[in-house]
Amino acid sequence: MTKPVLELNNLACRRGGRVLFADLDLRLEEGDAAVVTGPNGSGKSSLLRVIAGLIPPFIGEVLWNGQNTRKNPDSFRSAVRYVGHSDGLQPALSVLDNLRFWANIYGSANNFGSLRRGLEAVGLADLMGLPANVLSAGQRRRLALARAVATNGKLWLLDEPTVALDSQSVEQIESIITDFRAAGGMVFASTNAPLKLERSKSVNLSEFSWEIEN
Amino acid sequence: MATLSRDLLIAKREGGEALLAVIFFVLGALLFPLGVGPEAQLLAAVSAGLIWVMALLSTLLALDRLFQADWREGSLELMAISPEPLPLVVAAKCLAHWIVTGLPMAIAAPLMGLLLNLPSNGWLTLIVALLIGGLALSFMGSVCAALLIGSRRGGVLMTLLALPLYIPTLIFGAGAVQAAIGGFDASGHLMFMAAITLSSVALCPWATAGALRQAME
Repeated sequence: MTKPVLELNNLACRRGGRVLFADLDLRLEEGDAAVVTGPNGSGKSSLLRVIAGLIPPFIGEVLWNGQNTRKNPDSFRSAVRYVGHSDGLQPALSVLDNLRFWANIYGSANNFGSLRRGLEAVGLADLMGLPANVLSAGQRRRLALARAVATNGKLWLLDEPTVALDSQSVEQIESIITDFRAAGGMVFASTNAPLKLERSKSVNLSEFSWEIEN
Repeated sequence: MATLSRDLLIAKREGGEALLAVIFFVLGALLFPLGVGPEAQLLAAVSAGLIWVMALLSTLLALDRLFQADWREGSLELMAISPEPLPLVVAAKCLAHWIVTGLPMAIAAPLMGLLLNLPSNGWLTLIVALLIGGLALSFMGSVCAALLIGSRRGGVLMTLLALPLYIPTLIFGAGAVQAAIGGFDASGHLMFMAAITLSSVALCPWATAGALRQAME
């Protein structure tokens, strides 16, 4: 049995005085994926932000290789790639320069070839010289995903990765995720749209809603 | 350093927008001779203070550029959870901010001296003081910019928060120039200013990073 790499232990999240979800346990090992679903406001984004380390958990802990990610964030941070609601692009910079910056930050290969491969994977290679502010919403989304693809992380946290994407791009993303998992990566995605990930664990946040239990 | 070169590249692409602070700096100083009257003696007496006040205000004007775009686009969140320590990222951004605002202001200082009839024996001290002091203004300003991130009408609050912090730099900066004009040794003032700058460079990135993390929760 492979060692569990990401563990959520008894996780609860409180936002604005309201507990969104509680008692959430989950283990992800190499190649695993989890799809988080739930109605609007059930805490899908918050869960991803808690895992990413942007919000401290109300109760519980997030473990990476057995280490608490808030106390020892270093190895976790170099492994995690978070693609949130905002695309994290700098409008004045070109598509390629945007990607190159993140490759530098994550310390991954920042040569032209590897960045180009990342852009090819999401179908943006032809646009690499354009400034990011002329991209459409779907193209921006794909550039945000390219950031995860082109920098070798171990865990992708994807918040609604298919928003603004056409059906062809959705299939493209699904195959990228499949390749990433085949290489040992882990994916944690939240979605309301159908996102087909084989052998994935599903987390329906409405089952962890705190108010129902009380 | 990735963040520094990125921010400078952005400033270069945005061109004029980045240099607005310097333009404001020079244009603001142009107004004083028109308002006060062209009397050379009077201008010479107040010029050091005027230039420093303009430097403070121009830095203030440029402060909301420091984090606003990265905050809006979500890059700041990603920086916060990247392997790069956030205080280091903040320090790089402040340095880039200084290169785009403080450095050009120091370079434009002789022009300001000419416009305001600052005695020429004070020019060198003015440039040095603006170079050292500008760095403190950018770093101290970053704390205020981080605290006010995401708040509407941040501009007025920014003034209230930042200007008190800037007062020591203003006093020693203007004092150094006055001393030089009067033929005294300005190094005491400059030393004090350097001390303020060094401590703000060392401490402010941590405070700023803390404020940014708070804002992102």
